[in-house]
Amino acid sequence: MTDSLLSIHKLTTQIGRDDGAIIPVSSVSFDIHPGETFALLGESGCGKSMTALSVMRLLPPAGKITEGEIFLDGINLRDLPEVDMRAQRGGNIGMIFQEPMTSLNPVLTVAYQVGEAVKLHDEEHAGDIDARVLELLQQVGIPDPERRMSEYPHQLSGGMKQRVMIAMALAGRPKLLIADEPTTALDVTIQAQVLDLLRDLQKRTDMAILLITHDLGVVAETADRVGVMYAGEIIETAPVDTFFAEPQHPYSQRLFDALPSVERRNRPLTAIEGNVPSLAETFRGCRFRSRCDVAKEICATELPPWHGDQEHGYLCHLQQLRSESIEAPQEASISEQEPGKNVLRVEQMQLYFPIKKGLLRRTVGHVRAVDGIDLDISSGKTVALVGESGCGKTTVGKGILQLLRPTSGSVQLNGTELTKLKGENLRSLRAGMQMIFQDPASSMNPRMTVEAIVSEGLIAQKIGKDRSERLERVKAILDRVGLPERFMKRYPHEFSGGQRQRIAIARSLVLRPDLLVCDEPTSALDVSVQAQILNLLKEIQDEAKIAYLFITHNISVVSYLADEVAVMYLGRIVEQGDVDTVLGDPKHPYTQALLSAVPVADPQREREIIRLPGDMPSPANPPSGCHFHPRCPRATDICSQSWPELSKSGTHKVWCHLHG
Amino acid sequence: MRLLIAVSFLLCWLLAALFGSSFFGDANHINLELILKAPSLDAPLGYDELGRSVAARLIDGARVALLVSVITVFVSALFGSVVGLVSGYYGGWVDRIVSRIIDIVLAFPGILLAIALAAVLGPGIENLVIAISAVGWVGYARLARAQAMSLRSRDHVTAAIALGSGEGVILFRHVLPLMWIPLMVEASFGLASVIVAEAGLSFLGLGVQPPDASWGSMIREGSRFLLVSPHLAIFPGLAIMAVVLAANLLGDWLRDRLDVKRF
Repeated sequence: MTDSLLSIHKLTTQIGRDDGAIIPVSSVSFDIHPGETFALLGESGCGKSMTALSVMRLLPPAGKITEGEIFLDGINLRDLPEVDMRAQRGGNIGMIFQEPMTSLNPVLTVAYQVGEAVKLHDEEHAGDIDARVLELLQQVGIPDPERRMSEYPHQLSGGMKQRVMIAMALAGRPKLLIADEPTTALDVTIQAQVLDLLRDLQKRTDMAILLITHDLGVVAETADRVGVMYAGEIIETAPVDTFFAEPQHPYSQRLFDALPSVERRNRPLTAIEGNVPSLAETFRGCRFRSRCDVAKEICATELPPWHGDQEHGYLCHLQQLRSESIEAPQEASISEQEPGKNVLRVEQMQLYFPIKKGLLRRTVGHVRAVDGIDLDISSGKTVALVGESGCGKTTVGKGILQLLRPTSGSVQLNGTELTKLKGENLRSLRAGMQMIFQDPASSMNPRMTVEAIVSEGLIAQKIGKDRSERLERVKAILDRVGLPERFMKRYPHEFSGGQRQRIAIARSLVLRPDLLVCDEPTSALDVSVQAQILNLLKEIQDEAKIAYLFITHNISVVSYLADEVAVMYLGRIVEQGDVDTVLGDPKHPYTQALLSAVPVADPQREREIIRLPGDMPSPANPPSGCHFHPRCPRATDICSQSWPELSKSGTHKVWCHLHG
Repeated sequence: MRLLIAVSFLLCWLLAALFGSSFFGDANHINLELILKAPSLDAPLGYDELGRSVAARLIDGARVALLVSVITVFVSALFGSVVGLVSGYYGGWVDRIVSRIIDIVLAFPGILLAIALAAVLGPGIENLVIAISAVGWVGYARLARAQAMSLRSRDHVTAAIALGSGEGVILFRHVLPLMWIPLMVEASFGLASVIVAEAGLSFLGLGVQPPDASWGSMIREGSRFLLVSPHLAIFPGLAIMAVVLAANLLGDWLRDRLDVKRF
């Protein structure tokens, strides 16, 4: 295969001066052929984005390429003068980024921004830029493009913005499109649309795509070949089918083992212990050695050899094929189905935010973030609340904990009504209900030590008579969440994401709550660390019989962890029931679409994606009748007229006219 | 380097203000034989129109400047921060009233308001402090309010509420400690502007009264003899410039060093 479009050979990139420099990319080689999608897969900090930026020669000011060559279509990009490089960027190479919100200029119209790219890179159309812009917007599937051209980025939804970014990248008719986590910031139904679009564009224009992602599901769906990066190196390259059937490198294998799924219910996930090594050190052996469970002595002393060729091979001392996947043994299931006592009962909870306008701040309307939901959770059980961003699921969590006060309805914790309580009465009940946040970094005061953070709740609830007694409890709980005692005097910024989330869990658990609201507790974490945290949460639930309300958009986490699922759309629950029933036999068209859009880490699996047109409407002005009817593929006349009655079969509840 | 210059200037100022008077004699001692005497080796800064030692008066002025600036910055920073903290954290109608007051005070040219106040209250150091503080607190209040508003919605504050911590703990443990860095930076710049304001008011005769010395009043008296004896105005002018520059350099350094964005 000599006709590769992009050829990277032994690329090494350095950031910072020679003393104490970080090497985020070290000796990376791969080729991409025209019309091919090559995925760089890796966890955060593995150097995948830096590789892409090296290709674009857009490294941060302190960064430079120290070794290696980059050829695009026979042109050596590394030696190219900056003037010519500028023509390559946006010309032969297009790039799209993770955050479409920050990649577009908020004060310029869509037509202007796309037109600028056309002006720079498309001489043919220099005379009639607007026509070309319109053509590009049509190409990326933006509905009503004439109207959209004169709009500003804030008037577009996230998915639309990403489409505009893609249109800009296409303006120069690139031969190579670099997509850096193009769908990570988007909801699954929108992600499915965007991935579809990329595939479709590739088919039509024969461009090559370098896809950078951390999501095995996205790789399985879109890529032809994959390169796995770990700590700055490519440790395995393979065609996608082979990779998913037989991953070779121990790290790749563990990544698959760490994925939560239905099959792994009732047993711990295989977490990869520890963290990625610092890229400032010089490696004498294998970079994965310290976390590898099949490491040998040689792994510490000698750099591992590459088996196979550049198209298909792996970097490891071991020459085995697929080792037995390490599945932790199934634990003696303790789930004797004794009905636990009810911990939380939510009835018809509504939470509206007033929209105020004018000098007198008169209320002109309401954002109906939560519009009447019912929930019941028993001790030791997990209820997952699933939905896309903006559906109100986080507001439900905060409303239950009285961090936002519900507008109406009832919330009972162990039989005590919370919505009427105030001040000291409410404060003393807070020990019974705790919350874990999505971003552990911002959920802790950066100026408090771990000891102060964890003991704050004890002081607030007046538990323990003096400091030493509290200290004992802090030590015990830190030990329980797997943190050594010596961490107590340190500050949050000294820890990794996974460790911080452990601290946050310790802070909640030290109060021995009956209810724990987990708001996307693992979505800011890498897959291997996510497995550690999920294991911990599951163990703790088994021990202390805590009721979990698990708020998430990640369906595989739900299938692994939850007993019951509630699917939310625009402030209301549309389907609710046992996890197996809802995920296995979804009744509501929205649940069906949501589940079908989740990328599956298995390229063999054929699936029919139900495409939802448009975006979620604003909760300030929800559609009449069933909120979902404007996007529903099976909507009938009645759907726009009235909110459907509950239809129930066993414990499975659906709110849909089709099942009335 | 920047820091070295700033700190050494400020240290000189501090030492001069605290201990200088014992070396340079009485600032109000009149010696008619030495009227308007130019600087010489014996008296490097010369004498003024009443034959008083410029060096001694400069030291006196340093003490006034130190006293006024430190107290004023302290008073306005404390008052402004607390007002801003409460207004930003609680929001609602308290916030709306406070914001309007801040807007109104800011709409006046600050020095004019201070002049008016000093004129009403009458001259003197205490009134000088009151007049400058009355204008100065709004800067801190505005900054503290913005900080409190953004910190209030951070997860760690929500977490503290969820743990059942009281409002005092939340305000003083979770919000205030995270906003004092930008306030410190503001205060170090504030030091410079207070010195200028004090000099300005004294220059207009609203501050320290004769025969006591202040840098502003020295410049005013010296300006009448600018063509004959320029040293009368030049030395206090240089003193003001040095201290203001040093305070600004210190503020710059603090801002870069304690980069607010880093946490």
